[in-house]
Amino acid sequence: MSNERYALNKQLAQMLKGGVIMDVTTPEQAKIAEEAGACAVMALERIPADIRAAGGVARMSDPKMIQEIQAAVSIPVMAKCRIGHFVEAQLLQAIEIDYIDESEVLSPADDVYHVNKREFKVPFVCGAKDLGEALRRINEGASMIRTKGEPGTGDIVQAVRHMRMMNKQIAQISALRKDELFEVAKQLQVSYELVEYVHDHKKLPVVNFAAGGVATPADAALMMQLGAEGVFVGSGIFKSGNPKKRAEAIVKAVTNYKDAKLIAELSKDLGEAMVGINEQEIEILMAERGK
Amino acid sequence: MKVGVLALQGAFIEHEKKLEKLGVECIELRQKKDLEQDFDGLILPGGESTVQGKLLKELDMFDILQKRIQDGLPTLATCAGLILLAKEIENQNQTYFSTIPMTVKRNAYGRQLGSFHTIEEMKGIGKVPMTFIRAPYIESVQDGVDILSKVNDNIIAVQYKKQLALAFHPELDEDDSIHQYFINMIKKSTM
Repeated sequence: MSNERYALNKQLAQMLKGGVIMDVTTPEQAKIAEEAGACAVMALERIPADIRAAGGVARMSDPKMIQEIQAAVSIPVMAKCRIGHFVEAQLLQAIEIDYIDESEVLSPADDVYHVNKREFKVPFVCGAKDLGEALRRINEGASMIRTKGEPGTGDIVQAVRHMRMMNKQIAQISALRKDELFEVAKQLQVSYELVEYVHDHKKLPVVNFAAGGVATPADAALMMQLGAEGVFVGSGIFKSGNPKKRAEAIVKAVTNYKDAKLIAELSKDLGEAMVGINEQEIEILMAERGK
Repeated sequence: MKVGVLALQGAFIEHEKKLEKLGVECIELRQKKDLEQDFDGLILPGGESTVQGKLLKELDMFDILQKRIQDGLPTLATCAGLILLAKEIENQNQTYFSTIPMTVKRNAYGRQLGSFHTIEEMKGIGKVPMTFIRAPYIESVQDGVDILSKVNDNIIAVQYKKQLALAFHPELDEDDSIHQYFINMIKKSTM
């Protein structure tokens, strides 16, 4: 990937800021998401809650189904490949996906190496639990970062943990002397230049979204107030009682994330939220996939 | 001078940083009550036009802003903002402010792989860097719309009365000349 292409890919993520990216499994759901105000959709065969329930190996979705979703909406379409599965990524690039999510929600294809994202022209978003993971993914060529949360649970605790961890580490690095950054780079296993960027700008070099466990307008606003630049909502919408209304409410809560009165209004009569599972009750912690 | 930046979704912070750098105060417009403040110019940023258009209406901001643009509020619109100003949008019935008599084509360069960067001449300004992200272009304009720039024969910048509409993102490049041009437009307008 040329430097110019990488800049354009980071800039597409900038255009998504302040928006909500929704998981969809059919063209009909994609239409509902677009009409409800999604700034992009994530096309996948099964939403994380169902992947978790079904067990087994979760792979890239059928390209035909992704293309049907591409044809159904005018907003950007993203899709997931398995961690380290660079051929799935090549296929997604071949069908001109707008963004690839190298995702821990699918079963990892490689337990050591991630995809060398620098070799691709299409942009990648990757999950990160902390600053080290985020910078390692950026070093590999990711042009957008999201928290890993704990997909498919409807439990926000992990997304909050990851976002707070990221903020704390950024604040710590910003307070250091420059000659101390070499040691930080060593500890985080990343290049000095990336650490220096964080030190100088007090932020990641790419856009950072929240993902995993967002189920209500209040969850979305919580993540925004904690510093997320936008929100992914997976199972939370189409696993709830009234997907359209909930989706619209989450979109508005992200725009006006500091207006408690408005969010209280938006939170009324949304129907049943997804049931959810507590993190202690689940067997697979997807966030532990890929470090 | 104060500039209102529509802050519903998209890359509005980038515009705010430009204005701050040029010494202009800005306010974020996120809901109806934000429109009660005084502002002398308006920026419609990049992002997704479907999202911004929907939120403008549902947050009751649409009619007030449309009236102010029609009444001559200096407006700088980039990418999605340009779509909001277009009177007609190809392959789409839904239009928004409809304050510039032109037809635009959304995602005119295709998907993200079609995004590009170039340097091109802009009338009244000179050579400027231009970043196109899943950008639209303008298919045709009616009388009174001044074409400011073309890239590969496609119209990508126009001015109509006090509205400056661009298919690219001047807020993403280092160059400040377009924002400076817009600030001068506001100055002339408030004199």
